[in-house]
Amino acid sequence: MNTSLANRLTPYMFLAPAAAILLVALLYPLGYVFYAGFLNWNPSQRIGQAEFVGLRNYINLFHDESFRESFFVTLRFSAIVVSLEMFIGVGLAFLLDRNIRGMSALRTLFILPMMISPIVVGLMWRYMYHPTVGFFNRTLKSLGFEPMPWLLDGDWAFASVIIADVWQWVPFIFILSLAALQTLPQSVMEAARIDGANGWQSILYIKLPLMMPVLVITFLLRLIDSFKVLEVILVLTNGGPGLSTEVMALRIMRTATEFRELGVAAAMSNILLMMLLFLTVAMFLYNKVTEMRAMRLKNIAAEEA
Amino acid sequence: MSQQSYDKQNPAFYALLVALIFMAVGPIILMLSTSLKLTVDIMSDTSSFFFLPTIHNYETVLCNVLWYEPQGLDYCNPTFGRALGNSLIIAITSTILTLIIGCMAAYALVRFRFMGRDTVSLVTLMTRMVPPAVLLVPIFGIWTFQFQIDGTRMGIILIYVAMNLPFVIWILQSFIVQVPIQLEESARIDGAGPLQVFFLIVLPIIKPGLAAASIFTFRIAWNEFLLANALSNRNTRTVPVTIVNSLTEYNLDWGVIMATGMLLAIPPIIFTFVASRQIITGMTAGAVKG
Repeated sequence: MNTSLANRLTPYMFLAPAAAILLVALLYPLGYVFYAGFLNWNPSQRIGQAEFVGLRNYINLFHDESFRESFFVTLRFSAIVVSLEMFIGVGLAFLLDRNIRGMSALRTLFILPMMISPIVVGLMWRYMYHPTVGFFNRTLKSLGFEPMPWLLDGDWAFASVIIADVWQWVPFIFILSLAALQTLPQSVMEAARIDGANGWQSILYIKLPLMMPVLVITFLLRLIDSFKVLEVILVLTNGGPGLSTEVMALRIMRTATEFRELGVAAAMSNILLMMLLFLTVAMFLYNKVTEMRAMRLKNIAAEEA
Repeated sequence: MSQQSYDKQNPAFYALLVALIFMAVGPIILMLSTSLKLTVDIMSDTSSFFFLPTIHNYETVLCNVLWYEPQGLDYCNPTFGRALGNSLIIAITSTILTLIIGCMAAYALVRFRFMGRDTVSLVTLMTRMVPPAVLLVPIFGIWTFQFQIDGTRMGIILIYVAMNLPFVIWILQSFIVQVPIQLEESARIDGAGPLQVFFLIVLPIIKPGLAAASIFTFRIAWNEFLLANALSNRNTRTVPVTIVNSLTEYNLDWGVIMATGMLLAIPPIIFTFVASRQIITGMTAGAVKG
């Protein structure tokens, strides 16, 4: 009996360190931030000394113009970057899905941007957007055009931030769609060619539908990540000019460190967390559905065979 | 497609390729070349391409960790050398810890049926999306007042391990699933205990997965700014924190700041060149199985 007990305990032994760390340093903090959202709390107090204010932080946030602005900046930013990145990334995958020499070297070069620290990406682009010594205005000047106010005007700054993010994350979509494309069953492609499908038809009616599960997951992963964006914007514009590029993560950081309102920052964190939770649940459900559909198809195939 | 002949492409396709490569690596090359320029060359309109490269900026940044005394420096920035050391210690330690702990957990989730397995699986998926910004307030409160480990490297390492564990567990699961169970069973029959099976049979087989997981973990720990900023003090600051702090200076010395940026970018670039295959496999495993 002793060995069977030991056997039954084995999985827990393997899990214990991970469970302990996740509990102490991830789940406990998440419970803590949920509670802190109901407090009027500043960094010089222990949490126990903070005043309990119920839903007041949330009600105030609802009326807070600048928080609302950061909420919509985040939504706009995510919607634009993710759709641009999907469009360009998937398009590039179709264009480069060819049997060419040096493809793996190319892929290495293409994934460089996403491996580099967002802080450094911010630095590089801030230099390129520089009004006088930056690459863009220098090029414009040497071509005889007027310089552009890249980071100095609200709309331009928003566009500039989007360009930097697209530069960094198109590779992510590109690599995943290319991998999906290259693992498509060759027999289906052959059959389509024999049936006389041209390039566009095979993309629209065969390749895209077959890639859909991967594309949806890629889209959701990228959407979740785009809600977390902080460092690139911090370095490029620090949220300005005005509030034009102040995303939620930056607003949370400001509220906690500059305004020293930890309770309010916690309430904002909880709102951001809810949005992300919603997306993650969507991803989870989609996964389950595609898994079930794949199983059913497999069963049908097995019955027919 | 099995024969190793390459399709012939038209010239427009190669032009597109060149343009894409230029767009992908152009900004990085611009950063590198700026980091090798003196301020005079950065300001001048004519020396975009033709300039005398110098390591002067790197000497300024690394002055206190160099083994020789740099000559003719305008100023020495002793904070950076220290930050570089902190970044290395924190990123490497948290990567090793995450890998060991995450690997064990992933193995348990794949190989054993036990009570609470689905819950653990779901929790790792859910916690994967938690952004650092959400952790800022609680981590500050808990690390400062309850654990009293704020300002220590251990405090930063602990949160990085926790943040990276869900992802590592997730992608390692998809590698462990592919380990043939017969191998493990025959080792069992030969009298190996579960720990021996794990360390001697499973770990060597999933090396590519471990490589991918370690690169992703290292990258996040090496690049993270927000929590390191909240948890570090003067002596434990990491490179990203140092860079952001130096941005508040009114007259930015672009040569020096680009040299700091290069030093922060070099380790991830090296990893990309050494292990791009593993990175791509890891990315696809993480997304497709996710």
